Amino acid sequence: MLELNVQTLAFFVFALFVLGGGLGVITTRNLVHGTLYLILSLFGVAGFFVLLSAPFLAVVQVLVYIGAIAILIVFAVMLTRSMTSLHEVVNRQWVLSTIVAVLLFVMLTVTIILPVWGQDGSLAGQPVSEVVATTTDLGKALVDGNQYVLPFEVASLLLTAAMIGAIVIARDDE
Amino acid sequence: MAVLNEWAFIGVFFAVAWVFPFAPIFLARLVAPRKPNPIKQSTYECGVETVGDTWVQFKVQYYIYGLIFLVFDVEMIFLFPWAVAYRELDFFAFAAGFLFIFLLADALIYAWRKDALEWV
Amino acid sequence: MPELECAFPQVVNNLAPCLAQGGMNADLANFISILLGVVLIAALPLATLLILLVVERKVAARVQDRIGPNRVGPYGLLQSIPDALKMMTKEDITPAGADVFIYNLAPIIAFASVVLLWAVIPFTPLHIGADLSIGALYLIAVASIGTVKIMVAGWSSNNKYALLGAFRTIAQLLSYEVPLVLALLIPVMIAGTMSMQGLVEAQRGMWFFFMAPVAAIMFFIANQAETGRAPFDLLEAESEIIAGYNIEYSGFKWGMFMAGEFMHAFTASVIFAVIFLGGWIGPGTDQLPILGFVYLGAKTVVVYIFGLVLRSTVPRVRIDQLMSFNWKFLVPLAIINVLVTALLLQVVNWLGIAPQGDAASDLIANLPQTVVLLLGNLGVMGTVSTLVRNMGRQQRLADEAVEADTEVEELAHAAAH
Repeated sequence: MLELNVQTLAFFVFALFVLGGGLGVITTRNLVHGTLYLILSLFGVAGFFVLLSAPFLAVVQVLVYIGAIAILIVFAVMLTRSMTSLHEVVNRQWVLSTIVAVLLFVMLTVTIILPVWGQDGSLAGQPVSEVVATTTDLGKALVDGNQYVLPFEVASLLLTAAMIGAIVIARDDE
Repeated sequence: MAVLNEWAFIGVFFAVAWVFPFAPIFLARLVAPRKPNPIKQSTYECGVETVGDTWVQFKVQYYIYGLIFLVFDVEMIFLFPWAVAYRELDFFAFAAGFLFIFLLADALIYAWRKDALEWV
Repeated sequence: MPELECAFPQVVNNLAPCLAQGGMNADLANFISILLGVVLIAALPLATLLILLVVERKVAARVQDRIGPNRVGPYGLLQSIPDALKMMTKEDITPAGADVFIYNLAPIIAFASVVLLWAVIPFTPLHIGADLSIGALYLIAVASIGTVKIMVAGWSSNNKYALLGAFRTIAQLLSYEVPLVLALLIPVMIAGTMSMQGLVEAQRGMWFFFMAPVAAIMFFIANQAETGRAPFDLLEAESEIIAGYNIEYSGFKWGMFMAGEFMHAFTASVIFAVIFLGGWIGPGTDQLPILGFVYLGAKTVVVYIFGLVLRSTVPRVRIDQLMSFNWKFLVPLAIINVLVTALLLQVVNWLGIAPQGDAASDLIANLPQTVVLLLGNLGVMGTVSTLVRNMGRQQRLADEAVEADTEVEELAHAAAH
């Protein structure tokens, strides 16, 4: 069933990155090590995007998640004390988070296994479209009045709100 | 397939790029002398003995810069597809892009007014 | 399948098919050709590095009225070799309390993140590592890995100065990435592509430097900051934080940081030459593609030397000045520049003066839209410089008024006694 070629091999390498990194994040007691594991994991996700012929998303993954969010996490970590030696690995809300995680896992698994694509499963295993969209197509769709121009502007509004909110919260102490 | 071939090049490049700096460091490890002692290995602070923990609490300003950067980073991700397609688009696209950038410029002005951009 | 010419000059361009023709497995042939290409392109910055180190010191010396290295080889050109040997034999000290694995990893990331940039640089019309459809974004993404190396190095050294230096540097790199990317947006907008080869091809008629001078200058300044060059070399402010994030490193690991920094500065010049100065474009590249390599080299050297002279001329800025300059000047200017360019491109479309088809590579056909864009850019420059001058004058007048007030008060005070 699985064809052994370069792409399959690459998929397994990236899967190893993602899962190994994820495992590292939740088991380490050192927050900075945790961030580095997270970077490894995110890098693997970027690899998946390349294999799915979505290079734009792959680069965005590296740019935003590794270049910005990982660094932001380090800044946040530096604002806390005891960053190198967490005393407990499990926090107080572990019951709730376990339930959510299990539910999410079940849901994803069901979605992948059940024949839901195209109502009766006839579209499972087929690409949604034969044509691979380019970045130009994406750009046109983003500002097309009949397509995604509203989400595009709402995204900008959301970013603005996020920035204002962040400044209000971070400077609250004064 | 041709597209993936380009990326195969990038993949191999990632692997090789790690070997290039690793090789001389490894070589230096074989050649260089190694005579560690506690004084030599102590933290270098111009000869003054180090006091307390290195990992001190940092001020919140770094975090604010990080957040503002993140917002702009995501903004630019949205602008790149817009820019690539721009020459084939009409005035409506300009208006859409203008509104998008204008809203973010607003956020920058807010940060400026609130002195969030000051290095304190 | 047609018989391929597999003698010496052709075999370079058709390695994979030639090997396959010789009876090798197609995948393996492909892999070998990719590996050879990778090693060749990755070795190129290393080879340049040996010359760069000497050029760097020579230029700095000339600016400061010294001679510079002149002992090893003709004009001291071989100076890098004894330097490297010296670094190789230096003791490598790992400070107590360092996070050893990460500590050793940091210099490797530092060097690799710069080498990776070379994968998408077009050297000639034919020779490019990988002409990705999102090449320009790839450059930004790989450069953003650079912040990770500094974070990792500063944190793992277990040194207060290193950590402080790393944090300042990260704040600087993050901040200047915003105008860098916004400046890069302009050529992408004009060319309508993010592929590096496409960006160069789009400059056949006219270099982007003349179509978007504001973006070009901004890109240069932001690059100067991203590569930690004066006046933005706060990451190695000796007087404040000793040497910054790499203070605890010694021997070849320290060498890797320095080599990475020099190479990054050179690579930034190459990228500037590719994106704004037309890359390999020059007379005769269609007949003899390899000439493009020479043109690109010449343009790069001009940019690089300019950066070097700037580096050894101007003093270092303070960190609050650095941040204010970015967030209160460069970023607003970059945003305005994007909007103005977008508007001008609509005007160009409306007037119908954009060159169509084959005319795009013609100088004359490109002139009308260049004039429109150039005038717009000059307008932005003029408005901004007037604004800044007025604001500066008001500030100065306000300061003088305060000073005068205090003087009057002091005099009154003295008279009262």
